[in-house]
Amino acid sequence: MNNKLGRLSGGLLLALYAGLASAAYQLNFQAPVTRVASEIYDLHMLMMYIILVIFCVVFGVMFYSIYAHRKSVGHKAEQFHENTTVEIIWTVIPFVILVGMAWPATKTLIAFKDTSNPDITIKATGYQWKWGYDYLKGEGEGVAFLSALATPQDQIHNQKPKGENYLLEVDNPLVVPVGKKVRILTTANDVIHSFWVPAFGIKQDAIPGFVRDAWFKADKEGTYRGQCAELCGKDHGFMPIVVEVVSPEKYTEWVGAQKAKVAAAAEDPNKQWTLAELQAKGEKVYAANCAACHQATGKGLPPAFAALDGSKIATGGKKAHIDMVLNGKAGTAMAAFAKQLSDTDIAAVVTYERNAWGNKTGDAVQPAEVKAARK
Amino acid sequence: MSAVIDTHGHADHEGHGYQPSGLMRWVTTTNHKDIGTMYLWFSLIMLFVGGVLALTLRAELFQPGIQIVNPEFFNQLTTMHGLIMVFGAIMPAFVGFANWQIPMMIGAPDMAFARMNNWSFWLLPVAASLLVISFFVPGGAPAAGWTIYAPLSTQMGPGMDLGIFALHIMGASSIMGSINIVTTVLNMRAPGMTLMKMPMFVWTWLITAYLLIAVMPVLAGAITMVLADRHFGTSFFNAAGGGDPVMFQHIFWFFGHPEVYIMILPAFGIISQVIPAFARKPLFGYASMVYATASIAILSFIVWAHHMFTVGMPTAGLLFFMYATMLIAVPTGVKVFNWLATMWKGSMTFETPMLFAVGFIFVFTMGGFTGLMLAIMPVDVQLQDTYYVVAHFHYVLVAGSLFAIFAGTYFWIPKWTGRMYDETLGKWHFWLSIVFFNITFFPMHFLGLAGMPRRIPDYASQFTEFNMIATVGAFGFGLTQLLFLYTVLKCSVLGKGEKAPARPWEGADTLEWTHLPSPAPYHSFHEQPEVK
Repeated sequence: MNNKLGRLSGGLLLALYAGLASAAYQLNFQAPVTRVASEIYDLHMLMMYIILVIFCVVFGVMFYSIYAHRKSVGHKAEQFHENTTVEIIWTVIPFVILVGMAWPATKTLIAFKDTSNPDITIKATGYQWKWGYDYLKGEGEGVAFLSALATPQDQIHNQKPKGENYLLEVDNPLVVPVGKKVRILTTANDVIHSFWVPAFGIKQDAIPGFVRDAWFKADKEGTYRGQCAELCGKDHGFMPIVVEVVSPEKYTEWVGAQKAKVAAAAEDPNKQWTLAELQAKGEKVYAANCAACHQATGKGLPPAFAALDGSKIATGGKKAHIDMVLNGKAGTAMAAFAKQLSDTDIAAVVTYERNAWGNKTGDAVQPAEVKAARK
Repeated sequence: MSAVIDTHGHADHEGHGYQPSGLMRWVTTTNHKDIGTMYLWFSLIMLFVGGVLALTLRAELFQPGIQIVNPEFFNQLTTMHGLIMVFGAIMPAFVGFANWQIPMMIGAPDMAFARMNNWSFWLLPVAASLLVISFFVPGGAPAAGWTIYAPLSTQMGPGMDLGIFALHIMGASSIMGSINIVTTVLNMRAPGMTLMKMPMFVWTWLITAYLLIAVMPVLAGAITMVLADRHFGTSFFNAAGGGDPVMFQHIFWFFGHPEVYIMILPAFGIISQVIPAFARKPLFGYASMVYATASIAILSFIVWAHHMFTVGMPTAGLLFFMYATMLIAVPTGVKVFNWLATMWKGSMTFETPMLFAVGFIFVFTMGGFTGLMLAIMPVDVQLQDTYYVVAHFHYVLVAGSLFAIFAGTYFWIPKWTGRMYDETLGKWHFWLSIVFFNITFFPMHFLGLAGMPRRIPDYASQFTEFNMIATVGAFGFGLTQLLFLYTVLKCSVLGKGEKAPARPWEGADTLEWTHLPSPAPYHSFHEQPEVK
């Protein structure tokens, strides 16, 4: 039987090895691009070497004992059962090793927590299920946008081949200049999320109602990808973080373009839209903000996510409907969109919901009505 | 006590005047052996239920993309797999061992509170039913992870309420079981069985029972507050009403970290019985083992926030929890060294219990190493909520607790059933388990290091290969457990296999081996044995 087992496990090992040789298996952390991330990388390697030495010594002893002190080789059991000296030795030595590990860990921890004197401060807000970025201080102050998954649904549902950055791509990446200390303030709108970019060695939970901070200073230009790291509901796996680190000149250019875009997008709040215009715009807003829960079909996923098709809110009075979208519903997953969406977007999406699927109210909600409903 | 220690009525072979048969025997039983058996079967059933959930998860994760389950259901599966394995499989299994073994090992006729013992078992199927029913209520089972962090858990449907009630009931069951164990151990030891002569298994359970009594009410408090936030308009964990979502985590982990040791200390106890028996040599450093177990239990109360290194604590708090956590490596190391010293210069044989015990030391220690890595706060920042953590806790919970449960089952099943288990199948079970276990969980370390978050139904393409390997391993591991089921059924229900002698293991020297026949009689130690 031992022979059979040997052959079986040998075969499995060979299969594993062949697999390892043929594909790009990443065995360690992503290449660090900040000082803290490289310190963490080194700390992990140092620990790994110490652990490997302990592993070899401890299990060397164990396997030698298994080899030599067997009944089948005629070894007679000795009856000793204590020895104060060795017991003190194997309490003290691990303690000393631990102190050796704690020293560099403490230094890195203190560097990790030092968020003082940033060049740029950005607030990252977790939403179910996307990120919002507000540039609060430093160059780019005032820039604000949402950043959601850009991978199309048909790739996720295996109807199309998956792209190169499957699930790690967003519509609007976070852009920061190289070599500048960036302080990230995290908070959340609904449940706890976690802002994580592995290459920067930064992971900070985003807690609704509280602000926490972390920092990074990227030393290399490039695109770095991370993900939400705290279970936040249905689409927790689908809210990546993409950071583009660019040269200071490019960053200035990007800030200019963002500001121009904001100016261009500022619509006349008193413009009267036609029903068709609102519906067309509303369909896009719906797809980006509502379809994850309420579904493209409007049927929702009851009871967690209500159906809009034929719902009381979407076919009843306009006011209640606008209020629901603006302020959400406490105690449910329905978020308040007042801060996320413009008056025009809300007017459009409400109009769309009131005229899509089986809903035939014929109402056109104007941005001015939304503005009036905001308190 | 005199009502329990029945010294009369020997003519009736059951020892008590009235003994219902059939199903009612099991419903009304107050016998520690019957109750232990029911605990063990219950946990075995739950192990397979939780295992099926796990295999569904692994099947979905075989490839990137959504194939088998949608993301909502995926979250329900991860949550229920965790809850069922922790509260349904591992904890009741150890209580089953305690019920069978503690009275026999300390020379007591039964547990101290025999009727409460019955009640604490029969609460469990009720709780398990609530958990299973939650899959069928609108919105499905709890999907906030087994840690049910608020405010995500306040968003869920009625399934979460069922989950909370199930936890309440299981908590009550655990507390009753623990009070029973503490009382039995402190009051019902045979003459001469001083505390420092007790078998290690009894010691580890005594300490575990105190941990349970201390922390199960804390869990009950946390989940009751979630319940109140959900239905009664309170704001314990809602910042808008003056609460704090992070407070839930502090309370939960104040329960949760001792809970980790609740699931491993009895395992240490089993291993400390098995190793000396097969090394034919007394346990090395008995006293230091007792002190190490107690230190681990005490330290477990001051390290909880290492589960929360990324919530944004002040530097001083991070340093305290990092240092305190690292300290746990010292007593844990002492235990491992003591087991090795017990093996050293022994006269070892490697029957299935010993294989699982040695496998435990080898693989559990790897879980200990990754635990040390996670204690280092800056490294943990990169690893928190990744597959590295998933690998770590499966190394200590599957290769730790579950392997110890296997070791204990093979070790004591001759005493429980009077039949020897099938040694060939037992060995196959061990080798397949340890190989498939490592194929499943070792690659998860690499996934976590490379940046794959846990609890996601779909992943970026670079994680594909290791996920495929893990899934293949998981199915191998799951199917292997059918061997265990068959082996156990064969000795127990089918009543086959060689008849077991009173002491089948040459080096086993505790009371159940030296003073009782195999199978152990329905009522043992009518007259207390004298321990010298």
